[in-house]
Amino acid sequence: MADNPKIVLEGVRKSFGTNAVLDGVNLEIERGESMVIIGQSGSGKSVTLKCILGLIRPDHGAIRVDGEDLASMSTRQLEVARAKFGMLFQGSALFDSLPIWRNVTFALTQGRLRDATNMRKIATENLERVGLDAKVLDLRPSELSGGMQKRVALARAIAPRPEIIFFDEPTTGLDPIRADVINDLIVELVDELGVTALTITHDMASARKIAHRVAMLYEGKIVWRGARDRLYDSGNPYVDQFVQGRAEGPIQ
Amino acid sequence: MSAILQPFIGFFGPIGRLMIAALAAIGRVTVFAATTVSRAVRPPYYPARLFEQLMQIGWFSLPVVGMTAIFSGAALAQQTFTAGSRFNATSTVPAIVVLGIVRELGPVLVGLMVAGRVSSAMAAELGTMRVTEQLDALTTLRTDPYRYLIAPRLFAALIAIPMMVIVANAIGIFGGYFVAVYKLGFNPIGYLDTTRQFLTATDLQMAVVKSAFFGFFIALMGCYHGFKAQGGAAGVGRATTDAVVSAFIMILLSNMIITLMAFG
Repeated sequence: MADNPKIVLEGVRKSFGTNAVLDGVNLEIERGESMVIIGQSGSGKSVTLKCILGLIRPDHGAIRVDGEDLASMSTRQLEVARAKFGMLFQGSALFDSLPIWRNVTFALTQGRLRDATNMRKIATENLERVGLDAKVLDLRPSELSGGMQKRVALARAIAPRPEIIFFDEPTTGLDPIRADVINDLIVELVDELGVTALTITHDMASARKIAHRVAMLYEGKIVWRGARDRLYDSGNPYVDQFVQGRAEGPIQ
Repeated sequence: MSAILQPFIGFFGPIGRLMIAALAAIGRVTVFAATTVSRAVRPPYYPARLFEQLMQIGWFSLPVVGMTAIFSGAALAQQTFTAGSRFNATSTVPAIVVLGIVRELGPVLVGLMVAGRVSSAMAAELGTMRVTEQLDALTTLRTDPYRYLIAPRLFAALIAIPMMVIVANAIGIFGGYFVAVYKLGFNPIGYLDTTRQFLTATDLQMAVVKSAFFGFFIALMGCYHGFKAQGGAAGVGRATTDAVVSAFIMILLSNMIITLMAFG
């Protein structure tokens, strides 16, 4: 293992009221690695992601990106640090009042209408990278299918060339073929752009395809982590039950 | 000892809890407003968004505001005339219409109408953006939702509502004039003269001050409740209701406080 991981989570805890959602999460993600966190709905996957993004402040623990602790940063420092991140939201979260090209270039313009010719060019380049063409530039998000919206959202996330991209359930709501297109795109981005990827999912086909390593989150803790190839002979009862999708086992 | 106190705790306990909840809510709204202002003073600025909101809040509310004003002015003139004729004081019609409209009815009715139109729209739009993660998306795209969404709405309302109240005052006075002259037989020139005599700069200033407060509360309640919405479509519905109801209460409460302080 390299001695300077891209992202380090150390004893991250977060409670909502009396409900401890994250109960001491420890995880390292290497530079250029694709890490997938699996776990049931409600196991704290989304909260983990939102903590790293700084959308939620953890109660305890450190979140280091390139050695800098995000958890102790001011709002202003956090705004600067977030420039390294891109995020693909589960429901795409496209801005429905803006045309596609302004959605894709949003991080570059911060929502201002400027340098339109150049921005349309950048939008086209990024849309082509995700397999769409200039025909969609002037459409609204609501005029696209769910799969296309996901791809536009992906183009929007990669447009500012982030070093780290987070994927929140990237294949949820898509048919198996469209889901696989998204999986291919994620693999491509990691291989070609050299980004570090962190995906949360409960889609095992997706995890098998895009992960270098997998970690399993259960009741607010990482109960297992290992290479993708070990996923089906992990020897861990929680992982076994989850990947085989059995109702009976240690997870109730 | 505690046995003696028990009935009192049973009685005052819920009142106390309500007070604490109310104070906590006031605190959260104040923090929200302060955050918006402190973020808005630093770049990037969004003049295009401000203009968009000025059109939305001001220009597109004009038909509704105009109708409210003309109907209220007309009804007020008729009522004043009916009441005044009982003791031979129908000449007070222009004075009561102008003072009633400019000091109270203009600002309050415009405030309430615009709150119904604008606070609800803001809460629904921002609430939908919240539950579909568009607000989180903004943050991850290096854009501060306070600067991009909240500040333009707050400042646009602060500018637009006073301007609309001035327009509404003029239309309301005209509504009264129309009824007085064409139905009740007042002399047009005499009516306008009396109106001008009773209309003072202080009254207009007071109308502007009041409506600036109303504008602030209209946008603040709409934005706050939308921004904090949670729980899907039902949550957005709740946020919209809360926004309108709290904007109404804030308008009527601040109107009473300002009136009692200024004319007391």
